[in-house]
Amino acid sequence: MQSLGARLLTGYLWLVLLFLYVPILVMAAMGFNASPLYALPFDFDLIWYRELAGNAKLINAGINSVGIAVANTLIATALGTMAALAFARYQFRGKTVLQLLLFPPVAIPWLVIGTAMLVFFYWIGIKRGLVAILLGHVALSLPYVIVVVGARLATFPRAVEEAAATLGATPWQTFRRITAPILAPGVIGGALFAFAVSFDQFVISYFLAPPGTTTLPVEIYGAIRKGFTPEINAISTIIIVVSMGVLLLTARFYRFGGEK
Amino acid sequence: MSEVNVIDAVKRYDSVVALGGVSLRFAEGQLFGLLGPSGSGKTTLLRAIAGFVTLDRGRVLIDGQDIGGVPVHARNIGMMFQNYALFPHMSVAENVAFGLEVRNLPKSEVQARVKDALGMVRLTGLEARRPKQLSGGQQQRVALARALVTRPKVLLLDEPLGALDKHLRQEMQIELRRIQRAVGITTIFVTHDQEEALTLSDRIAIFEAGKIVQEGPPMEVYERPRSKFAAGFLGEANFLTGRVEAISGGCATVALDVGGQAQCALETAAAGQAVTLALRPEKIGFAPAAAGETPGPNQVRGRVTDVVFSGNSTTYRVAVGEQTMTLFRQNLTGSAIAPGADVLLSWSGDHLVAVTP
Repeated sequence: MQSLGARLLTGYLWLVLLFLYVPILVMAAMGFNASPLYALPFDFDLIWYRELAGNAKLINAGINSVGIAVANTLIATALGTMAALAFARYQFRGKTVLQLLLFPPVAIPWLVIGTAMLVFFYWIGIKRGLVAILLGHVALSLPYVIVVVGARLATFPRAVEEAAATLGATPWQTFRRITAPILAPGVIGGALFAFAVSFDQFVISYFLAPPGTTTLPVEIYGAIRKGFTPEINAISTIIIVVSMGVLLLTARFYRFGGEK
Repeated sequence: MSEVNVIDAVKRYDSVVALGGVSLRFAEGQLFGLLGPSGSGKTTLLRAIAGFVTLDRGRVLIDGQDIGGVPVHARNIGMMFQNYALFPHMSVAENVAFGLEVRNLPKSEVQARVKDALGMVRLTGLEARRPKQLSGGQQQRVALARALVTRPKVLLLDEPLGALDKHLRQEMQIELRRIQRAVGITTIFVTHDQEEALTLSDRIAIFEAGKIVQEGPPMEVYERPRSKFAAGFLGEANFLTGRVEAISGGCATVALDVGGQAQCALETAAAGQAVTLALRPEKIGFAPAAAGETPGPNQVRGRVTDVVFSGNSTTYRVAVGEQTMTLFRQNLTGSAIAPGADVLLSWSGDHLVAVTP
């Protein structure tokens, strides 16, 4: 028998979860309802998913989003891991300043960063477009990768690399068989962060996208302004499923990393 | 089996001298203990032999061959680290197999040698475990098997038993000694634990501030320390200072600063010279002092200030003049001597050792 306090707390938790998930569930459900006006009774139909399949603008935007997110993940993870290694293993001038400068971009509103990037890119001659969006996303996701990989490196037992060397492993063998596998959970965690930051990014993409080419969140925003069709529910449901998938993967790798 | 020679090794870190010209010979098959306080250079020397530290001057030879330019992975050494440094993402068997796999040995040979090595350290049956699923002692055995399975020329141990509790440490000392003898490998180990150094080593070297203050078999270093530091670091010692009054035929009479006389063999002393004599606590006899009794040579009067009972022995602290002397007694009979008692301390002149202050 639980105490009253414990039962109240459990009830409160359920209320919070309901508050968070009911709107999402309603939206997802309406994506499967035949009525374009969200009218009840519920009439199961895949019409909006079929409509979506024929909507070239949304699909193109989706392809852009995925492409940018993948490219961003590769670039930001590679650069971020190298930076994290440099911070963890080498002493150099300005190290502390650089490390401190990593955090403010996480805290500054994206609106401000987006405006600044737009002005700066215009000034140095980078036109609005996919390249500009990608550059913006890489800049945004780098601090996340550096922090996540850095956390893994902070607990990395350096002596295992020395042990590998005494056992006859060349520096490359040591990296491939010892360092990389031990760091992998951190690197994968960082990569998932980079993907999520890019795939869900609206503000920066909105500022840096030229008319005609755009990413999924920006296209959805445009579509909503013209009129809210259940097609949007369908694509949003897909995005939520993908994002949740990424999140669950992250959680899995974090636990994996925490064990060591 | 190999012989290791270190010749005039010098290493500085900025202004700190880690090694100030150290020369040592590690004979084939010997278990050699490097003993000293932290920062005395013993670990630096071990890491220089492993190849992690590049010497500023001097050479390291294995079987007469200078290995100065040889990278760590090509030196064919085995090393056990303070916290074992097992690979956390590999099983016990994979940890042990690693050194054989990077040498590209055939799979059947790797398996056979891993099996032998785990049998030698008595870990058969735990092949599939991860390091974190093992106790401290088991991790230690894995580390030892991993270091020996590649048949290295030299085994280097960095504070090998430091992370274990006392009971397990004694058990592992015996085990380590058994395996080292069975394999017959030249072994160099670093420790700051004097008991461990005495128990394990064929020879020891005592380090102080980047120099070796004394080197030799444990019993010789313990019984005939050359410096006050060596006497105090390896075991406990009382130090009696005094001045040589007379010397004839190598036998000196010393007037002690705490009062009384000592008679002992002194080779190089001349009359009038100040000397410091070391005396081990277990070599002092004592008895209740009768009133009016005058102490003879190698005797002093004192008053017991502390009695510490520790099972098989009792430690007494005795105020002698301005000085406090420490002595041990085996608990053969119940002790009747309590703090405040006047006692007469005595010793044999053979047990006084002149040391440099």
